[in-house]
Amino acid sequence: MGVIEGRFEDNVVITSLDWIVNWARSWSPWPLTFGLACCAIEMMAAGAARYDLDRFGAGLFRPSPRQSDLMIVAGTVTMKMATRIKRLYEQMPEPKYVISMGSCANNGGPYWQHGYHVLKGVDEVIPVDVYVPGCPPRPESLIEGLIQLQNKIKRQTFAKTTEQGKA
Amino acid sequence: MNPAEIVARLTERFGDRVLESKPDVVSPCSVVDPASILEICRFLRFDDSLLMDHLELLGGADYKDRIEVVYVLYSMTHRHRHVLKVRLPRENPRIATVESVWRVANWHERETYDMFGIVFEGHSDLRRILCPDDWEGYPLRKDYQFPTRYRGMPV
Repeated sequence: MGVIEGRFEDNVVITSLDWIVNWARSWSPWPLTFGLACCAIEMMAAGAARYDLDRFGAGLFRPSPRQSDLMIVAGTVTMKMATRIKRLYEQMPEPKYVISMGSCANNGGPYWQHGYHVLKGVDEVIPVDVYVPGCPPRPESLIEGLIQLQNKIKRQTFAKTTEQGKA
Repeated sequence: MNPAEIVARLTERFGDRVLESKPDVVSPCSVVDPASILEICRFLRFDDSLLMDHLELLGGADYKDRIEVVYVLYSMTHRHRHVLKVRLPRENPRIATVESVWRVANWHERETYDMFGIVFEGHSDLRRILCPDDWEGYPLRKDYQFPTRYRGMPV
């Protein structure tokens, strides 16, 4: 969509296009299969039949970053993994979104003070859209995070950005 | 065999190379001479009355004035357990690998090297196993200084 992005003011074509594209994007954020620690267990539970992320079109965990739209950073980010996370994020095609799941990914969690090997928040290396608190968050919390992400996607626009940022 | 018998068997065979033994504590142990560790391990592994065929754990411990390597051995055949300890200097600790006796020692020794900087001489692949290859320092040493940055990422 790079051809029209940011070139026109709000008008009926742009807003209609926004609506259809955001609708499509927000209801099929395919996540990258990316579990790092115990949060991944909750993520798997959220993806399985009982909580069923497929209701949001987000149940199709892709094995390759090239096919995913959403990275759920589920678990403790060690320094060794941080370099890999950055690479995987860069391999994902635009538009791409990141949910930081659990205390460790948000800010280091229990490793905040004495974890020499843990990155203090995944937002040190990649931009994060939604933070889900919890240790680990229950599947409901992850689903709430996903709904917040959907709301965020629905506010995107192809129109020119103003001083106040995107509408 | 009970711990006292194991200690007796060890001292009978190795004499004063067994520096110290505690048979009546929770985990009975013997402190042995670092130079003969391989010989002692072979004996424990293959002697018919001992047959320590399982290396449960190989790890390190930093006591500020020395570094210890700890070998927790178990015999599946006789169902007895014994702990070997060797004391090494904190500066440049080196000891022979026991990889040839228990193959599992390969990873255990790599971890001990990673965390304490103990060099296992003769090890087939002595690289860091948990920390990244370019990590500096040995994290489980008492005087370890936490790094402030790693590859530009704040710690």
